[in-house]
Amino acid sequence: MAAEAVSTGAPRRRRLGRLERSAIEGVLAREIINFSSFWRATTFSSIVQPAIYLIAFGFGFGSLVSTVGGLDYVQFVGTGTVATAVLFSSAFPAMFGTFVKYKFQRTYDAILAAPVDTEELVTAESLWIAARAGVFGTMPLLVAIVFGLDPSWGMLIVPFIGFLAGFGWAAFGILTAAVLRSIDDFSYVTSTVLTPLFLVAGTFFPLSGLPQWVHYASNANPLFHTVELVHHAAFGFKIVDLGHMAFLVGFGIVMWRLAIRYMARRLVD
Amino acid sequence: MVWPILASAGARDAPCRDVSDLAIRLRGVVKRFGPITAVDGLDLDLPAGTCVGLLGPNGAGKSTTMRMLTAQAIADEGSIEVLGLTLPSDSKVARAECGVVPQLDNLDITLTVEQNLRVFARLYRVPRGERSAAIDRAIGIANLGDRRDTKVDQLSGGMRRRLLIARALVHRPRLLLLDEPTVGLDPQVRQELWALIDNLRSEGVSILMSTHYIEEAQRLADTVVIMSHGQKVAEGPPAALVAEHAGSEAVEVYGPPARLAEVEAAAIERGQRTRRTGTSVSILGLNGGEVPDGERRPANLEDVFVLLTGEEVA
Repeated sequence: MAAEAVSTGAPRRRRLGRLERSAIEGVLAREIINFSSFWRATTFSSIVQPAIYLIAFGFGFGSLVSTVGGLDYVQFVGTGTVATAVLFSSAFPAMFGTFVKYKFQRTYDAILAAPVDTEELVTAESLWIAARAGVFGTMPLLVAIVFGLDPSWGMLIVPFIGFLAGFGWAAFGILTAAVLRSIDDFSYVTSTVLTPLFLVAGTFFPLSGLPQWVHYASNANPLFHTVELVHHAAFGFKIVDLGHMAFLVGFGIVMWRLAIRYMARRLVD
Repeated sequence: MVWPILASAGARDAPCRDVSDLAIRLRGVVKRFGPITAVDGLDLDLPAGTCVGLLGPNGAGKSTTMRMLTAQAIADEGSIEVLGLTLPSDSKVARAECGVVPQLDNLDITLTVEQNLRVFARLYRVPRGERSAAIDRAIGIANLGDRRDTKVDQLSGGMRRRLLIARALVHRPRLLLLDEPTVGLDPQVRQELWALIDNLRSEGVSILMSTHYIEEAQRLADTVVIMSHGQKVAEGPPAALVAEHAGSEAVEVYGPPARLAEVEAAAIERGQRTRRTGTSVSILGLNGGEVPDGERRPANLEDVFVLLTGEEVA
């Protein structure tokens, strides 16, 4: 009898699965609690930044070009900057936040000591950043409405587009942080990858004026697909939007798996 | 253009014990990092409810051993069982029952004491209805009741360490892994933490602790495992290790370097063991033999450590 009482508990052979909800929720809970301390600053800049773009480009360029592809220039830029806002609120927080959390604060060490695997960690972080990108990516649209863009029902899908594109960019940022050795190296990625993609996405000027090869190349640019989707959400969907959507889904899946693979190499010796 | 940045124990003879009574069981564990073998064929048993201290200098393989127990490092060879579960395949289940206190503070510094504990109550899957009580209990353990809503970056070093330990206990783990729990703390805070750790052991929590503080190992560990270059060089209760390897008494002779060299040579000729300690030579393993004049003192774990590893402790 005594022996039974002393038994230290037979090992429970319950095998925990992959991508468990409770593990993902735990990581999300950490992010949400953290976000409560800096949401004001993030929200402020997410509104002010597109407003500045609209004022600068809308009234600056807008005085030179009145319409682009049949759209008022303010409408063109107001919808196009959604893609920029999504990029800014996903790729950059993911790159810097991930690096800080795994290298400087060692947060990921603490999380992986808990019943959470790298796959769940990366998934949860990407989902969280994607959700934020969905919200903050919509801000330029709201600002543009204030500046005279007509609201339409299709715009209700814009947060979803922001979420989808944001998920891919978040995973891209995590992947970048996992691959690069130093936070200073991020500027290579910013200058050679993100800035060109950002400028040649049909956000500030239409691609129609550019050489043919740029048109082909832009099909590999997730920002281009995001810009197209948002334009069409505001001014009417087309059949080609299924292709844009499929590209963003593929982009998200590929980046997500790569981020998990490279992050696991970083976090597990 | 401005790119926005968001920075956001006691038993040595384990073979005669039932395996299920072991909280940790390592056999022949090897871990290499490129050309370096950090852990080199380690066998380790931690009987449930006891405290085992891994004692060794920096680079002995203690932290790597700790990380392998949470599958944050994967062994190249050998077998690891934690709470009867095989690693790395069942590591996640094992981790749910372990509390980990890392050597380097990884608290969320922008969060309050309570928020840090709340996050870990979630990560360790404390059921919703029990979370608040678990957090209150952990705050009690850390003795941070009046700092509940203080942000971590406003806490003192000792308070942060207590919070780090409390965070590891929020889900009532059966096994606690402490990696250098008191490193860098002042003596008073260290003693406070020793009392806390001793208390946990008396409540039946199994503890594996790595340390390079001799006194810490001597006070807290039922069994001390001395590690050097990734290998176990001795294992046993602190007093038994001292008696076995260093005898009961040591004589410490002070003098100028020439005199020390002389004393050392003479002792080695008599078959005694010696150890340099800065300005003196300690002669160990007296066994009633002839000894020069000097200060007699009880032999200690540090003597054993230096004799066995040939290394001074930091």
